[in-house]
Amino acid sequence: MPVGIVSYGVYIPRYRIKAEEIARVWGEREDMAQSLNVFEKSVPDFDEDAVTIAVEAARNALKRASIDPARIGAIYVGSESHPYAVKPTGTIVGEAIGVDHQLTAADLEFACKAGTAAIQACLGLVSAGMIDLGLAMGTDTSQGAPGDALEYTAAAGGAAYLIGREDLAAEIEGFYSFTTDTPDFWRREGMPYPEHGGRFTGVPGYFKHVTSATRGLLKKMKTIPEDYDYAVFHQPNGKFPRRVAKSLGFSADQIEPGLVVPWIGNTYSGSSLIGLAATLDVAKPGDRIFLASFGSGAGSDAFSIRVGDAIEDIRNRAPRVRDYFENVQYLDYAVYAKHKGKLRL
Amino acid sequence: MSTVPRFWRHIPQRYNLVGTHCEKCDEYYYPPRTICPNCRRNAKMEDHKFDGEGTVVTFTTIYNATDDFKRQTPYNLAIIELLEGPRLTGQVICSPEVIEIGMRVKPVFRILWKEGERGIIYYGTKFVPTEGWV
Ligand SMILES: [Zn+2]
Repeated sequence: MPVGIVSYGVYIPRYRIKAEEIARVWGEREDMAQSLNVFEKSVPDFDEDAVTIAVEAARNALKRASIDPARIGAIYVGSESHPYAVKPTGTIVGEAIGVDHQLTAADLEFACKAGTAAIQACLGLVSAGMIDLGLAMGTDTSQGAPGDALEYTAAAGGAAYLIGREDLAAEIEGFYSFTTDTPDFWRREGMPYPEHGGRFTGVPGYFKHVTSATRGLLKKMKTIPEDYDYAVFHQPNGKFPRRVAKSLGFSADQIEPGLVVPWIGNTYSGSSLIGLAATLDVAKPGDRIFLASFGSGAGSDAFSIRVGDAIEDIRNRAPRVRDYFENVQYLDYAVYAKHKGKLRL
Repeated sequence: MSTVPRFWRHIPQRYNLVGTHCEKCDEYYYPPRTICPNCRRNAKMEDHKFDGEGTVVTFTTIYNATDDFKRQTPYNLAIIELLEGPRLTGQVICSPEVIEIGMRVKPVFRILWKEGERGIIYYGTKFVPTEGWV
């Protein structure tokens, strides 16, 4: 029996800071935005965190397909900025969307790919007939240390996916994961900012894992890049997904609708899932979408997705990703720093 | 820490604006009431989840606040009339130049306050302008 996405929803905070404003303050090269292909990034409000972002995204997912929250049997929230070290984000989200409490929940953590791991967990339970619907989320309010290269990209946002068996907006035809022990990026318990292995970690980290998961799934599915109408690769910046797509044989046109990082920054656990949502916003029934996430540490989950008939009915009933690109409010660095101070992990 | 149990009991009304409705006289209550003052013992009360859409009846802008809220200043506190009739006090997230009496607002899920560095994070409902927000 086919399983897949019954509905989806995203949330991106309203504030933005431009890369050129960050570069101005730190006296960096002015072409930082061009070289990263990230022109602005989202900044959460003082009273927003990974929980509030997840709640807004989940409410949008429920609204989009008019889902009764009592049907949800599992909530898995992927994030690296869960506000509590002990006290699950999923419990607060469940209460805020009005579940009936007969459900299992857990928070997941795998750098930027915990959200796709949450989808896999839901797919297992749904496929086995153990639950009716599962809610899988990726949500983050990421931070880079002031002046660090990560400061140009670390952003906030989230996406929620309802995984089920009926009325599919998109079928998940199969997935393939690739995971190794690679210390490319980490944060020790209690530390406010992450550390990273520097600029050379892209090759053994992002590129090796995304490439391995993608090739593995293409082989498993007996497909080639041309079989897909769209592709979404994890977007730590605007450069990496373009480069990996090209090296794997995907075209610039295939990744264009899902390439959201130039306008919102890297939303970490939200990143590839917001990219997928932006693609579902424009895809037609029958279209196929290739998705590959990446999480430092390191691993990649690749998915083969076929858009279903239900997409046309539900698409316009909740905000689209690009609706969040409009009505934004720009901050200067001083106000941005004030926002950030409140948002220690 | 005595606020924790009190907040816990109020989670449904804070997270989802759950109030009550008297089927007998069609009056809505927020915060929820168990007894309808109109109908007394003839009341037929049921839970009602408010949509949260409403209008600003009056407001004030806070420029000086205690430590917990200092970072957020200036912020707007407003009395909001929900579509179904009840009025409640809530924060309206927008610049002080934008808020005005009669402005339509809709609910958002936000952090209300944090109990210092170690305590509970209290979540609940605030409001944003209906126009110009996603
Ligand atoms: Zn009554």
